[in-house]
Amino acid sequence: MKVMLRRLAHSRSGDKGNTSNIAVIAYDPALYPLLRAALTEARVKQRFGAAMTGPVTRYAVDGLGVLNFVCEGALGGGVSRNLCLDNYGKTLAAAVLDIEIDVPEELCGLLR
Amino acid sequence: MMLRIGSGSGWWGDRISPAEQSAREGALDYLCFETMAEATISTAQVRARADASFPGYDTYLEDRMAAVLPHCIANGTRIVSNQGWINPLGAARKVRQMLDDLGRPDWKVAAVTGSVITEGLRGSEVAILETGKPLSSLGDTLISAEAYLGTEAIVEALAQGAHVVITGRVADPALFLAPMIHTFGWGAGDHLLRARGAAIGHLLECGAQLTGGYFSDPGVKDIPEPWNLGFPIAEVTPDGSATFSKIAGTGGLLNRQTVLEQMFYEVHDPANYITPDAVVDFTTAVIEEVGPDRVRVSGISGKPATDSYKVSIGAQEGFVGEDMFFYAGPGARAKAELAKRILAERFDIVGLQAQDIRMDILGVDAIHGASSPDPACEPYEVAVRVAARCLTRAEAAKVGREVDGMAVSGIASTGKRVPFQDRVREVIGIWSALVDRSAARGQVEFV
Repeated sequence: MKVMLRRLAHSRSGDKGNTSNIAVIAYDPALYPLLRAALTEARVKQRFGAAMTGPVTRYAVDGLGVLNFVCEGALGGGVSRNLCLDNYGKTLAAAVLDIEIDVPEELCGLLR
Repeated sequence: MMLRIGSGSGWWGDRISPAEQSAREGALDYLCFETMAEATISTAQVRARADASFPGYDTYLEDRMAAVLPHCIANGTRIVSNQGWINPLGAARKVRQMLDDLGRPDWKVAAVTGSVITEGLRGSEVAILETGKPLSSLGDTLISAEAYLGTEAIVEALAQGAHVVITGRVADPALFLAPMIHTFGWGAGDHLLRARGAAIGHLLECGAQLTGGYFSDPGVKDIPEPWNLGFPIAEVTPDGSATFSKIAGTGGLLNRQTVLEQMFYEVHDPANYITPDAVVDFTTAVIEEVGPDRVRVSGISGKPATDSYKVSIGAQEGFVGEDMFFYAGPGARAKAELAKRILAERFDIVGLQAQDIRMDILGVDAIHGASSPDPACEPYEVAVRVAARCLTRAEAAKVGREVDGMAVSGIASTGKRVPFQDRVREVIGIWSALVDRSAARGQVEFV
């Protein structure tokens, strides 16, 4: 079954300079391998298209069930220079939650 | 032995009453305030130049201290705070005066200065990390450069008996780590314990972001009483592990999920989170829910600190002009599209000189731009939001002037706000660099 990432994971973004990091956290450890397989650096970069000018680097923390995406060039030059209403990129963490993930039947009971 | 440290604020604009409640009921040994963002120092420098009445420290210093000082005195709670911004000495003198007025001349107040190193770096060949160019390339646009100092001077102040320590720029976790080092006697070589303490500080530094703030998402992540969040309190043990809690009866939530979200907040490589006191490795953390709104964090790893300090550099880069107006009812989106076209033509006619212009339709694509999905149906109401980055204030002001023109010379049913603010803001670009530790040194001064 294809569902939005929002039903498998929660997320938070933070700003440093012109870089936003987006941590994606599995609600259940059993869902984490699905995230790890589906949420590649390319998939996250693709979600933002031209709005993200730099590379995306993923840090996978298997022990905590967390994928941390470090997105360079995500803040329009940095908080003060950014012409986007969301200067700090606070909403970027929400954007990734609409990425579709294919969840096998036996794990659907763990979805939110 | 156990040390109780409370968070008093997670940023300049944070609520004050939860800090007051923690000071009153939290049985705290220390209450620590974090009030600075990346641009705080450079923004304060610009403001101080233009406004002689600006004291250069947290504009809420008196409000925060008036709320907590009586409780801190009653409970023997010491305070560490970065509310000093560009004038830690002035902030310390203000707190001194407040304590004297409370009849407590025996309470000792110290300022930690030394983080601002603008003159030492002006014209320097030190490389800007983002561009590789030397700092000297900024020329006269350089406003300020400040090093993120560690715990050293704060610990020194505490050792000399300070009840209140007011700093300028230090790394945020250092505000919380300093009391641990002072209390537990962790040495310079105890990098594992220092890393654990810095990690605890990192979890506390954004206040309610650990206890349900910046968290709730209706339907998937609901929290109790999101209007009444308590600020976090850490019970730290000498092995560098901590149990986090909040005052009973406050709203919000403290669980594995809130801790994980904050653990990764503003973190890049989670195995190498660099602070001036130690390098933190979060990847080995053990997070246990040990009771309602009680979470124990242990098992953090660490490495020795690096040889350098991070420096944040602020430079004058120009101005942003921005404004917004709106449409509702049938045809709202088409009107917004026409309004964008009119503005683009107008900017051409008035010869707007801009480095970058952005025009969005709020309700359609104003936040995530072209990556926003097309709305499934016509939005009932939208706003046109326009912003331009320019080299001069006069150019940036053209944005608001052209939006003004959309009132009587625009489209049917154009909604606009009563003009209420300067629609131009200054752009202070932030760069970073690394400098040898000898370039900056924290100094303690009692007042």
